[in-house]
Amino acid sequence: MNPTENRQHDQMPNQRGYFGSFGGRYVAETLMPAILELEAAYDKAKQDAAFQKELSHLLKNYAGRPTPLYFAKNLTDYAKGARIYLKREDLAHTGAHKINNTLGQALLARHMGKKKVIAETGAGQHGVATATAAALLGMECTVFMGVEDVARQEPNVKRMELLGARVVPVPSGTGTLKDAMNEAMRYWVGAVKDTYYVIGSVAGPHPYPMMVRDFQQIIGIEAREQILKEEGRLADMLVACVGGGSNAMGLFYPFRNDSVEMVGVEAGGTGVPNGKHAATLCAGSVGVLHGSKSYLLQTADGQIQEAHSISAGLDYPGVGPEHSYFKDLKRARYVWVLDDAVLKAFHLLSRTEGILPALESSHALAWAVEQAGRMDRDKILIVNLSGRGDKDLGIVLSKKESQQQVKGAKK
Amino acid sequence: MSLIAQTFKNLEQKGRRALVGFVTAGDPDIEKSLAVMEAMIEGGCDILEVGIPFSDPTADGPVIQASSQRALAGGMNLTKALGMVKALRQHHSAPIVLFSYYNPILAYGAERFYRDALAAGANGLLVVDLPFEEAGELTGKWPGKDLDLILLVAPTTPRERMEQIALNASGFIYLVSMTGVTGSAGLDLEQVTHTANTLKSVTDIPIAVGFGISTPDHVAAVSKVAQGIVVGSAFERIIEKNINATDLPSIIFQYAKTLKATALKP
Repeated sequence: MNPTENRQHDQMPNQRGYFGSFGGRYVAETLMPAILELEAAYDKAKQDAAFQKELSHLLKNYAGRPTPLYFAKNLTDYAKGARIYLKREDLAHTGAHKINNTLGQALLARHMGKKKVIAETGAGQHGVATATAAALLGMECTVFMGVEDVARQEPNVKRMELLGARVVPVPSGTGTLKDAMNEAMRYWVGAVKDTYYVIGSVAGPHPYPMMVRDFQQIIGIEAREQILKEEGRLADMLVACVGGGSNAMGLFYPFRNDSVEMVGVEAGGTGVPNGKHAATLCAGSVGVLHGSKSYLLQTADGQIQEAHSISAGLDYPGVGPEHSYFKDLKRARYVWVLDDAVLKAFHLLSRTEGILPALESSHALAWAVEQAGRMDRDKILIVNLSGRGDKDLGIVLSKKESQQQVKGAKK
Repeated sequence: MSLIAQTFKNLEQKGRRALVGFVTAGDPDIEKSLAVMEAMIEGGCDILEVGIPFSDPTADGPVIQASSQRALAGGMNLTKALGMVKALRQHHSAPIVLFSYYNPILAYGAERFYRDALAAGANGLLVVDLPFEEAGELTGKWPGKDLDLILLVAPTTPRERMEQIALNASGFIYLVSMTGVTGSAGLDLEQVTHTANTLKSVTDIPIAVGFGISTPDHVAAVSKVAQGIVVGSAFERIIEKNINATDLPSIIFQYAKTLKATALKP
């Protein structure tokens, strides 16, 4: 791809919120005025030096940015190929990249005069990050979470409650992220006059995909500077997991005009296409869900299909519209890995580097380690370690079989 | 003039208001659902809204969510719903509005939907999550203008936006009575009157008020400010409660009849 072609990304989204043919604003009329108000407020905040200064201050002194770009020597030795760097978002406050976005949106909510925030959450990381920002800024916080996720990510439920948030378990559908988002949107329709909805991914109606990307691009901006400083050149490849796609877009976006390969790793669950999975970009088709047009897992009748993943954060049948755009442009490549490989990667990083990765991030690791082994030793690969794995101990410990497999594989 | 517009005009001349009844197609199965729809029309619904069930109805409360789930579990889809419209057309001439989320229509195809909906005998379409800004991608592919596009106005809609909505709407405008999902309780008449008056100052298109209307008193009160009254979740509640009752259609018939009696122009 030549540089002139690359620059088309800079124009996205257009004024109507479209990245090519993806995105838009597909919401009930009751919400339209709120979304237009949000767009205007965000445009203003983008130009507002005081807002940007306050956000930068919080990111640095409260969230602990910049996060390190760590050369994983032991993992590199294991893979026997490209040099693997980890962007340590797991070291950000609350243990994941989600805080970058929630601090930005909570500040914006305060600028808009809103005193109540709501959020959806899957693994609970976005819920915890929203509850944290709300506690910091003195806002009332309600988080919607599917009942299945409440059960499998219980520590995060407790954390949210300790932070002063109300957690509303959502029993509908499969009781996962999609259902939590449905319920958050329903609640917002009723409370839109005084409530700000903090969407956690690069999904939802315009301006959310653009705004969340902007708040998350700090990941890629830092990584770009850090790798230049460390290696004197850019990486050859970026790898990140993709559920809704916020950590991936945050890493990818600042490299969009560079000749750096980008790979988004989706949740292959128990198999694609015949098993249960959440590989939306790899196996889905274009449709409209939760306010934007993007790839979806759906039936021929346009009914949304249930996703499946061992990681609650990727267990979602949709994906952010800019990823759909990157896919069709072939600016990024999207692949999937199976649940079993994810568990192995979790144990591998724990044993080799002493880092417990989130099951979401373990998807990126699983694919990256395989890939690194196929690349030359002078190549550089950056993996976004989007979150820490403490929240996943319950799931991981219940899969004893996988632990034994890794013991055997240990060198 | 479209059949929907004509219906409003005829009722106006008779000093009546339009009773618009919503029901999810195929809840719990095609046969029972058709009997319910016929009972609604025979009981007094002047316009029938046929809901296409969707797996993720983000603008609907628990009652319509449950009815959608029952219908989907029974295998309902857009093709079968159009088949039901066609069956209704054997005996009934009341206008029929298809009520859907956007994704099932998108999956079906805009042009194919237009042709098949008209061929089945439908008169209008309302898409809950398709604001007028996005509606062009659907209607722009329609080969004609014989299907009314019903747009919504909410209490949050500012006056300037109402003007734009009116420019893009046809048939009637669906005025949402409250900021909330379907099936929410608490009809705020003062709010409805205020929003309806603002809307009337920007357009002559008939207005039908929906959300939170379930009693003859509600219907009488809303009849003072709008030309139409939409009742949806209340019908669904009756269906849910009497789902195995053999006299479900006659219960629905009686209920529609009671509502219709108070749908009078003041």
